[in-house]
Amino acid sequence: MTLIRLENVTKIYHTGEVPVTALKGITLEIGKQAFVSFIGPSGSGKTTLLNLMGVLDKPTEGNLLVNGVNISSLDRAEAATFRANTLGFVFQNFNLIPVLTVYENVEYPLLLVKHVPAEERRRRILTLLEKVGMVDQKDKYPNRISGGQKQRVAVARALVTNPQVVLADEPTANLDHATAFKVINIMHEMQKELGTTFIFSTHDAKIVGEAEILYTLEDGVLVNQETKNRN
Amino acid sequence: MRNLIKIAVRNLFRYKRRTLLTSSLIAFGVILVIVFGGLAISFKTQMVGILTNTALGDLQIHTKGYVESIDNLPLNLTLSGNKLAEVEQSLKQSPYVAAYSPRIKFGAMISNYAQTSNIRLSAVYPQMENKTCPGLVNRIKKDLPNPDQFIRPGEILVPDNLMKGLGLKVGDEIVLVATNKDGSVNGIPLHIGAVIESVLGPAGKDGFIHIDDAKTLLRMNEPEIVEIAVHLKKFDQLNTAFNELKKGMVAPQSGIEVHTWEQLSPFASIARIVDLLILVVKFILISIVLVSILNIMTMSVYERISEIGTIAAIGTRPGRILMMFLMEGFAMGLLSTAVGIVIGLGLLWLMNLAPIDFTFGMMQVSLAPSIPAREVVLITIIVMLVSIFASLQPAYKASKMEPVDALGHV
Repeated sequence: MTLIRLENVTKIYHTGEVPVTALKGITLEIGKQAFVSFIGPSGSGKTTLLNLMGVLDKPTEGNLLVNGVNISSLDRAEAATFRANTLGFVFQNFNLIPVLTVYENVEYPLLLVKHVPAEERRRRILTLLEKVGMVDQKDKYPNRISGGQKQRVAVARALVTNPQVVLADEPTANLDHATAFKVINIMHEMQKELGTTFIFSTHDAKIVGEAEILYTLEDGVLVNQETKNRN
Repeated sequence: MRNLIKIAVRNLFRYKRRTLLTSSLIAFGVILVIVFGGLAISFKTQMVGILTNTALGDLQIHTKGYVESIDNLPLNLTLSGNKLAEVEQSLKQSPYVAAYSPRIKFGAMISNYAQTSNIRLSAVYPQMENKTCPGLVNRIKKDLPNPDQFIRPGEILVPDNLMKGLGLKVGDEIVLVATNKDGSVNGIPLHIGAVIESVLGPAGKDGFIHIDDAKTLLRMNEPEIVEIAVHLKKFDQLNTAFNELKKGMVAPQSGIEVHTWEQLSPFASIARIVDLLILVVKFILISIVLVSILNIMTMSVYERISEIGTIAAIGTRPGRILMMFLMEGFAMGLLSTAVGIVIGLGLLWLMNLAPIDFTFGMMQVSLAPSIPAREVVLITIIVMLVSIFASLQPAYKASKMEPVDALGHV
């Protein structure tokens, strides 16, 4: 069942005098409960593609449907609501809010974005922190935990709203190899357990092997698609 | 809302030193307004109190046209008979009026039989005058066992400089010579009952006699009242009382005018300057708050662009991002105001322990500064509103950031 559909999507940036084409005519479909990775060298368009699928940006040409919604039709507030209800994000630099504790960071989307009742909030947060192995660190501030722990908290924050898709742009780029594997494994476990679609970009060849579907981008063009059976 | 405030306060304390410096500056502004306002309001209140309690009364009633020609002290613009009775009846019935004092004011020549000078006289009923201007007796250099009888028939209170100029002593006999409204000149002998100080120092030439002596001197069959000074129960009801009395007695054909002390005294201009200075200090406070909050909030937004991108990416709507930053500016203003008010009121309390004494004219003034609660509330509201206003532009900028650009910001 298709969750994300890109039809001939092109993205052109007009930052300087010369327009830069970041993506050229991308067409692909991603189904539910998939574990997808985009690989490619720096500047190949991975982040741009994830931004488009994350409803953070809009394509210059072509159609992009996420969960059946054409994202080009959404205004800023509607896009924010759509992201809150449908998507979760994990960032390369973790992007935890420094003034909030681990618990409060995970709580933030439920409290200030989705207004979930207190009891339900607590249950969901503790469940996820338990799953990512951070429940004993829940009262610490982000500057008191390691990079790997931060990314585990970020995964918990991305999943706490029960999104259909979690988008992770280079989630392991700032982690050592062992920690990177742990984070990817947690994401994989969550995918299996919660049925969430995970889409991540990476250029780490060993991490790439964890993906079930692998897309390769070069100069904004989709050059290869590979489907693997990890089992 | 509680969560927004919690995040706002925590964000403020993220940069402790910067927050401390900015809030110190705002608190200093609040302290300045409270202390300066307390001193200025106290000075103004004292001075107005001295003027109204010793000379003017809170309000005055005259026949129409009198105030315009007050320098000539005309005796043909008076209240008497039924008209006077009606005015007195209105004053007695007014819920605002505590006391009133009818006066005959006129110019006369004072002679010690060897030298002559001119004098401005207020002829009064001492009991009514004492109730209307209770501070007047403090200007009389004499022990007064009964202040209601500070002037008796046959006596005159002479200002200090005339006493010296004419070489007079208490108990000496003088002659008063005056012209009445018909142009008839008359003179009566009086004894000096006491010396009276002028509010504004030794330059004054204002004396007092009993109204019965004025009737004799000016050959009046009945008192022809030039001025009625009115003392209100509550001074802060001045404008209400003024409007009520005006409505009650100033009919188009009545020929009567009511004036507040402000319309009669040059000190009203000084009082207005004091008010203006307080306003200037408030503007300084507004400027301090505006610049400080705008500065700190702008820095805050530019330093947290990536964080704004994160909260926007995870679904925070632009309106809520705007509120988050407004709340931060508001929290900064509130925190600083609270500190400023506590320190400012503490300083006023300390000043009250050792009041500032000084002489104004002939009057001893003791400044015990205090600030009305409504002023403190007003200052708080001003700082809060300016804080929100100053945060508006940075907050708006934060809310308008495209998440994809903000996330990519380094």
